[in-house]
Amino acid sequence: MKEDGVKIIKTTTWSPGPGCHGGCGILVHVKDDKVIKVEGDPDHPWNQGRLCSRCLSMTQYMYHKDRLRKPLKRIGERGQGKFEEISWDEAFDLIEQKMKKIREDHGPESVIFHQGTGRDIGGWISMLAYAYGSPNWMFGLSGISCYTPRLMMMSITQGDFAVVDASQWHEKRYDDPEYKIPETVTIWGQNLPATCPDGFFGHWYIDLMKRGTEVLVIDPRCTWIASRAKLWLQLRPGTDAALALGFIHVMIKEDLINMAFVERWTNSPFLVRTDQEKKRLLRESDLIKNGLDTNFIAHDPVSDSFVVWDSDHQTYKKKNITPSMEGDFTLALADGSTATAKTVWTLYKENAEQYTPEAVSKITWVPADKIRKAARIYAKSQPSALHWGLPIDTIPSTVPTSQAINHLWCLTGNLDNPGGNAIARYAYDVVTYPYHSGGAILSLPPEVMDKRIGIHDYGAIKDFRAWAQPDKVLEQISSDDPYPIKGMWIQTANPIACTGMEPKKWRDAIKKLDFTVCVDLFMTPTAMLCDVILPAATFLEKDSLKAWWVPLQAIKRVVEVDDCKSDIEINLELCKRFMKDFPYDNTQELFDTLLKSAGITYQELTDNTWMIPPKGHPSKPYFRYEKGLLRQDKKPGFRTPSGKIELYSSWLEKWELEPLPYHEEPPYSPVSTPDLFADYPLILCTGRRMGPFFHSEHRQIPWLREQQRDPVLEIHPDTAEKYGIAHGEKVCVENWLGKITVKALVTPVIHPDIVMAEHGWWFPEKEGKEPNLFGVWDVNVNQLIPMGHEGKAGLGAPIKSMLCKVYKAKG
Amino acid sequence: MSEYGMLIDYEYCTGCRTCEVACKQEYGRPAGKVGGVEVTEYIHTLPNGKLFITNIPTFTRACVFCAGRVKQGLEPACVKHCMANILTFGKIEDLHDKIPKKRKAILWTKG
Repeated sequence: MKEDGVKIIKTTTWSPGPGCHGGCGILVHVKDDKVIKVEGDPDHPWNQGRLCSRCLSMTQYMYHKDRLRKPLKRIGERGQGKFEEISWDEAFDLIEQKMKKIREDHGPESVIFHQGTGRDIGGWISMLAYAYGSPNWMFGLSGISCYTPRLMMMSITQGDFAVVDASQWHEKRYDDPEYKIPETVTIWGQNLPATCPDGFFGHWYIDLMKRGTEVLVIDPRCTWIASRAKLWLQLRPGTDAALALGFIHVMIKEDLINMAFVERWTNSPFLVRTDQEKKRLLRESDLIKNGLDTNFIAHDPVSDSFVVWDSDHQTYKKKNITPSMEGDFTLALADGSTATAKTVWTLYKENAEQYTPEAVSKITWVPADKIRKAARIYAKSQPSALHWGLPIDTIPSTVPTSQAINHLWCLTGNLDNPGGNAIARYAYDVVTYPYHSGGAILSLPPEVMDKRIGIHDYGAIKDFRAWAQPDKVLEQISSDDPYPIKGMWIQTANPIACTGMEPKKWRDAIKKLDFTVCVDLFMTPTAMLCDVILPAATFLEKDSLKAWWVPLQAIKRVVEVDDCKSDIEINLELCKRFMKDFPYDNTQELFDTLLKSAGITYQELTDNTWMIPPKGHPSKPYFRYEKGLLRQDKKPGFRTPSGKIELYSSWLEKWELEPLPYHEEPPYSPVSTPDLFADYPLILCTGRRMGPFFHSEHRQIPWLREQQRDPVLEIHPDTAEKYGIAHGEKVCVENWLGKITVKALVTPVIHPDIVMAEHGWWFPEKEGKEPNLFGVWDVNVNQLIPMGHEGKAGLGAPIKSMLCKVYKAKG
Repeated sequence: MSEYGMLIDYEYCTGCRTCEVACKQEYGRPAGKVGGVEVTEYIHTLPNGKLFITNIPTFTRACVFCAGRVKQGLEPACVKHCMANILTFGKIEDLHDKIPKKRKAILWTKG
């Protein structure tokens, strides 16, 4: 307590509030139970005293006049904007009664639990869904196109996620003696200073650049960081896989592969059967009766015989062999027939053969010599780190694209090395953001999970993460097939303004349902359509925790604001009402359960505020694959079916997808739809980040909104001139799906054949009731992007690579 | 009394405008009017055709170099929160040694 009556409390940012994925340590100044100022904590290793404009605006956010402060119940027609304030008891009673009725009449699976990006709340939405009995917990972005595809691909390729090591695992950060400054960071599709994505602090790259790191930038736009890059590759949106394969081609041709790493740690020597229409990894069961389907085959060049890789014991069944990396083989199979086979590495090289820099240049628009130079810079730098962004998810070909890029660090050995791509686990293995069903507090029996929408369509949806597939959900709301959907719980999401592609379809879907609840902090275009709206607390008004990825951190309730309640408490109360004998009574018990793997209680975590795992802990780098820290059996290797980095993916093979990476054209492009391109001659890219706003949030915060009043379309000066468009003029952006009107931002940072539209726009200051819905239909670019174009794995969607035309708006 | 100054290592200014909001929060300044600092972005096409983006924070007439904070031994609010750590506040004679080598920088002064 300072003399002036101001109390200073240490806590951690997450959500709701700044909107980002948080992690910053802050000092909250409180006077008379009111937050009067928020500052960065100089002793926190994550942000080291810094804090961005969104967090510095927290007082305007928390005490905003338009903030929802009491539960609301709809009294008019849906969308008419007529609500009355009710008490929490009345709200909980109403929700309990309505949702139990749906459960009785139609079964629990007929309610969708719809989340946005989720942060520390996504997991609690799953808890609520499962307590209610519904397997249909869903993130509503078409193709789940936000990090999930990349996470899935990393998980099946190398058994774990990996992120750039910017020294975040060390308390002393860049000065830690174990740490190495990356020689080069390749920034692939992200405007880092404008964003803190996915458990990462964007400005760490500025820290690294000052310490000598060079950057290589791959982006259709010339970002600030691209303008300072050693090399900037301006690629055509949606062609990232071709570019990565071009890198791989050059690395193979110029002997830039780390062969010692590839031979030892990848499945490159394994044999793949080539005499059938579908290639397939050979298994022990193919060669030997009673052999295991989980063991693989390699060739021993010394004895010219075939050897079995024993996945359980992580060793070849014959001792001291160095298997052939390349070759063409004929084998006798257990059934008496013969087969031909090649090594994974032989096939891998053959696959990369076609992606010459010249061929890739035609696809990507990046000059061939730049592709060669960039591949050399990436492969020769020591250490070399690769940071990738959302554009890798927002294409239907996200699976082969993520795979090809993931392979770059595997082919160069930049995995779990200091200053490379470190394996990222939740600190102390505490799951606060469940990326796998194993992280959930509750689970449902298999016969109920079997009703999860999308799992019979896509193996990846079934096996990787517990979410329902959103494109299939939207389809099912309209078709009632195979069962009707009757209710929706919406929390941390604004599908009408942000996550929903073809948002009018989402509007119709929400309005079709018998009962909908929205949990939010402000009235939004989505909340306006719902039956009950619950006012959520900001991160300064709730207890929570964060372990994504590091440190493990406490989020502490500093103050209360009127009747707002934390998302976790809202969900917990309803869990108790929906599930008989729900095993948890309060949030402390839930947090203590999550913290079991750290061996501490929530009280102990709040006493420390943050904790970094010690050296030797499986959630701390480096070189854990050598030390046996990644696998449950403590053997060296990876958490994949074979224990190797699976360059040729056995999971993709199982899901009947191509096991090796390849380029696939976006569904709408100059190449795949030349007729449409004639009418819509510009590539429409969307979603580049805006510093003051996170997705659809913060448009009502005065200190943030003053930085940008209106949504813009970035258009190149040559293109603007061609269409007679002047800077600041209103323009229509239109394609066969819809039209928006926004201001032209004439700028050379964008390619002349591409325009960039912003996402998430609506106007909290405008009329909220339908049909206006805060002006969302005038400006929401998602109206030009289709649903139902998810990729072959049920993941990815064409969000950043559509077509459009642009013309001056009338009047 | 020595003169104070603000050294701006603007080659690393990313244009995030955190300094603007840090100032607004510190002094409760209204939106819609400039505070103590404003960042301007320049997108230059250099003679070799290369695009280059430069951001420059400008300290306005409203800036008081956070005299109150400095008296308490604190850094000015913008200096403390700058996401790229490009602002250094201090006595001019001390700032001389901190001028970055091999890149351009700006020194703002106030007597």
